[in-house]
Amino acid sequence: MQHSGKSPDTCYLIPATNMNQSLINYTLQIADNNLILGQRLSEWCGHAPELEIDIALTNIALDLIGQSRNLYQYAAELEGKGRSEDDIAYLRDSSRYRNVLLVEQPNEDFAYTIARQFFFDVYNHLFYQELTKSKDERLAEIAEKSLKEINYHIRFSSEWMIRLGDGTKLSHEKIQTAVDDLWDFIGEMTLLNDTDREMLSNGIGVDLNKIRPLYFQKVKEILAEATLNIPVEEPFQKGGKNGIHSEFLGHLLAEMQWMQRAYPGAEW
Amino acid sequence: MDAAGLSWGRMVVTTDKIWQLLESVSDPEIPVLTVLDMGIVREVKSFGDGVEVVITPTYSGCPAMKSIEFSIIAELEANGIHPVKVTTVLSPSWTTDWMSEEGRKKLKVYGIAPPIPGTNAKRIEALFSEAPQPECPHCGAKNTKLVSQFGSTACKALYQCQDCKEPFDYFKCH
Repeated sequence: MQHSGKSPDTCYLIPATNMNQSLINYTLQIADNNLILGQRLSEWCGHAPELEIDIALTNIALDLIGQSRNLYQYAAELEGKGRSEDDIAYLRDSSRYRNVLLVEQPNEDFAYTIARQFFFDVYNHLFYQELTKSKDERLAEIAEKSLKEINYHIRFSSEWMIRLGDGTKLSHEKIQTAVDDLWDFIGEMTLLNDTDREMLSNGIGVDLNKIRPLYFQKVKEILAEATLNIPVEEPFQKGGKNGIHSEFLGHLLAEMQWMQRAYPGAEW
Repeated sequence: MDAAGLSWGRMVVTTDKIWQLLESVSDPEIPVLTVLDMGIVREVKSFGDGVEVVITPTYSGCPAMKSIEFSIIAELEANGIHPVKVTTVLSPSWTTDWMSEEGRKKLKVYGIAPPIPGTNAKRIEALFSEAPQPECPHCGAKNTKLVSQFGSTACKALYQCQDCKEPFDYFKCH
């Protein structure tokens, strides 16, 4: 994890000068989490430990990428400059991405993938539940649609946490290591940045302060059921939401974006 | 514009006729079902001189949406209706409750167990809870077992019949 010597509050992103730009930024912040995690999960395609798991992980990837498309389409409309969802996804550099650090972390092994998914799903489920009440009708609609899909994700990842934690000695060790390593990244999801604060004050954004205790309660409940040790709560890594990423995002984007970069506007 | 329908030059087509034409547009992933059986066509209305068909995706990532859009346009244009605009809406979000009775029967004959109403995965706390038990579409046995919540497409789960041992897809209640 590199912070490039900058303080955690440094922001690489262009500051929003008007309400429309803030809403675009907020929409991208949500969309980027989904796209980056979707891309990470796609890396499992054809490589998962079992066929059923391969299908499950890629199904979840598909849901996440579909959700991000709905959000990017909205951001492109708000922007009104004729850019498409693809332009936003494929032609932005890593410092313009607003996803949390957790979702860009590498797959490592199945235990890491499940722990990362579980930590994200618990957040995402709480987040989208609140977003359905947004004053912004379009975001509320996207949240309502997405929530039905996330119900499947959170059950899948929670059940696997318990299966691995309360499984064999080896599976327990592996998932505990993944939990310990990824724990550093889970706090960022419920920390507010300037965009969160502005959207919250406008009745559009989700109150992350309200979600935070519920998030840790749910996470600890499942970890306890999985017979896993719960690491200490702080301090957490942050920066992703402000465009300050770990070294892993650039590699992920290189693979995801090279086609559109090499052959701009390519279609098939 | 005719009060009874939409007109193109000399041709007058009612929205009923358009709904009827849409009956021949099939879902590319489950070709036995039409887009109407799936319940993804929400509205048909006039749009300037043309017609607008409003559709909704089953799941956010459904890769068939573009293909469905092209098929609808092609079918209507082949019947002299022009221009055709297809719009996608997300709300209210699609549910298997909108699937037609006819569609459910066709699914079963095709080898996919139709959704069992009222079994959608709303309660996330219900970990390891009992999954719905669809009848095996091959042998009709009730003794079936969930293999995975995720199947060959976003809308299906993977099951196995404990009697005839055949695997099959179950169309999830959503």
